[in-house]
Amino acid sequence: MSERDPHEAVERIYREEYGRVVASLVRRFGDIDVAEEAAGEALVVALERWPADGVPPNPGGWLTTTAGNRALDRLRRESRRDAKHQAALMIHDETPHEPTGPVEDDRLRLIFTCCHPALAPEARVALTLRLLGGLTVAEIAQAFLVPETTMAQRITRAKRKIRDAHIPYRVPAADDLTARLGAVLAVVYLVFNEGYLASSGERSIREDLTAEAIRLGRLLRSLLPGEPEVAGLLALMVLTEARRTARVAAGELVPMRDQDRGGWDRELIAEGHDLVRECLAVGRPGQYQLLAAINAVHTDAPDAAATDWRQIAALYDQLYAVAPSPVVALNRAVAVAELDGPAVALAEVDRLDLTAYHAWHATRAELLRRLGRSAEARPAYDAAIAATDNPAERAYLSRRRGSLAP
Amino acid sequence: MSQYLLAVNGSAADEAAQSQMTMEEMQPLFEAVERFNERLRAEGAWVFAGGLQPIGSTTTVDHTGGEVIITDGPFAESKEWLGGFWVIEAPDLDAALRWAAEGSKACAGRVEVRPFQDEPEA
Repeated sequence: MSERDPHEAVERIYREEYGRVVASLVRRFGDIDVAEEAAGEALVVALERWPADGVPPNPGGWLTTTAGNRALDRLRRESRRDAKHQAALMIHDETPHEPTGPVEDDRLRLIFTCCHPALAPEARVALTLRLLGGLTVAEIAQAFLVPETTMAQRITRAKRKIRDAHIPYRVPAADDLTARLGAVLAVVYLVFNEGYLASSGERSIREDLTAEAIRLGRLLRSLLPGEPEVAGLLALMVLTEARRTARVAAGELVPMRDQDRGGWDRELIAEGHDLVRECLAVGRPGQYQLLAAINAVHTDAPDAAATDWRQIAALYDQLYAVAPSPVVALNRAVAVAELDGPAVALAEVDRLDLTAYHAWHATRAELLRRLGRSAEARPAYDAAIAATDNPAERAYLSRRRGSLAP
Repeated sequence: MSQYLLAVNGSAADEAAQSQMTMEEMQPLFEAVERFNERLRAEGAWVFAGGLQPIGSTTTVDHTGGEVIITDGPFAESKEWLGGFWVIEAPDLDAALRWAAEGSKACAGRVEVRPFQDEPEA
């Protein structure tokens, strides 16, 4: 990003610090709207002063202090409103601070509030991106292909529920943590996939989503270093992201076996491999750790032929034991095709009830092709093309269909 | 502390099934609910609770106009209606949800958790 425009630099820092600033203000004032308004006012002050005076040494601290002062001024000025706010104090923190408990970073509390199971899944995603990621409502609406008013209503409704139902602002107790953490990780992974698998829409905004998800993943990892699924999810995201640029060539999807492995990001792969080793050593494998391990095996092979399919199939078996789903079985069948041949794999694929899923049709098409059954492969490619909106994927499938043996 | 309504809905099918049950068959359910109520009282979460008579016993009263209009039955026909409820005190939604999970198990029915409006401060 070029930062000749000083406002651009201020806005970048503001967005990076937004989650920390808002989380701290929510704890202090017990009100998300007050926190957001005050953070917005601090940005106005920063845009006035920083270009002239320079960026302060601790911009996050400066923004939090400035926003806090603004919020206090406002509450004092509007003492009537202050009373109203006190009456409707929206977020309760009545738990005594436990020094032995998990790290009480304000952002960690806030992400558990945003990803509370009592909120609709799409609202969890939107709130997390708004409050932790600092994305504007317009940006979130654009990324999820809904009108801005719809997204604004979704966020407003969720904030109202947090207030009215007294959804707490705290890290869940240890016995709830695993289940509640699952909801948080699901939100982060959904944000990542929304960016990575971008089915349509404006590319740049959606690619920002993968970067945002990785940033949230790193944040969670620093806040909950002892949770292996947190490390697993981060590993999964960086190992997937490492292959991004090799995944599409000339507007066409490139399957992993044909990807230019020289184009993979070696730094991200090294980071992912370290994370996978570290989390698996804890001995509590979960779905993100296993998916990350599968990606680690793929990215470990110098070329497609050297892929350790036996290990991949074994990892999918383990994954199926933890998270039994037909999609996992489908991916396992791809490994089976490499080990036991396409006929065995096709029999497994045909047993799965996934007729609405484009990857099921695409996998069938490829297996039929390898078996020389072009007449059956052709309609399978057609079904796969009809079931996806992704232009790169459609381009790839169309070419494959066109190059079938007669 | 806030108050929450834990509502248990019933349907025609539920009411029909219950009317087929003998007192002996109902007994474990009553006991489970009573044990849950005792826990609510012991923890200071109890405000009020009760089970309602079947939907057929409802009378609707409308005094929104000039005169009182009394009609048999509920105001709106629906597939599900309130069958029983608890009103509890809880520090936040997480605590209310934990009580709801226990209550759902005790009464063998789905529980809807809904916050009461906060009382305006004097």
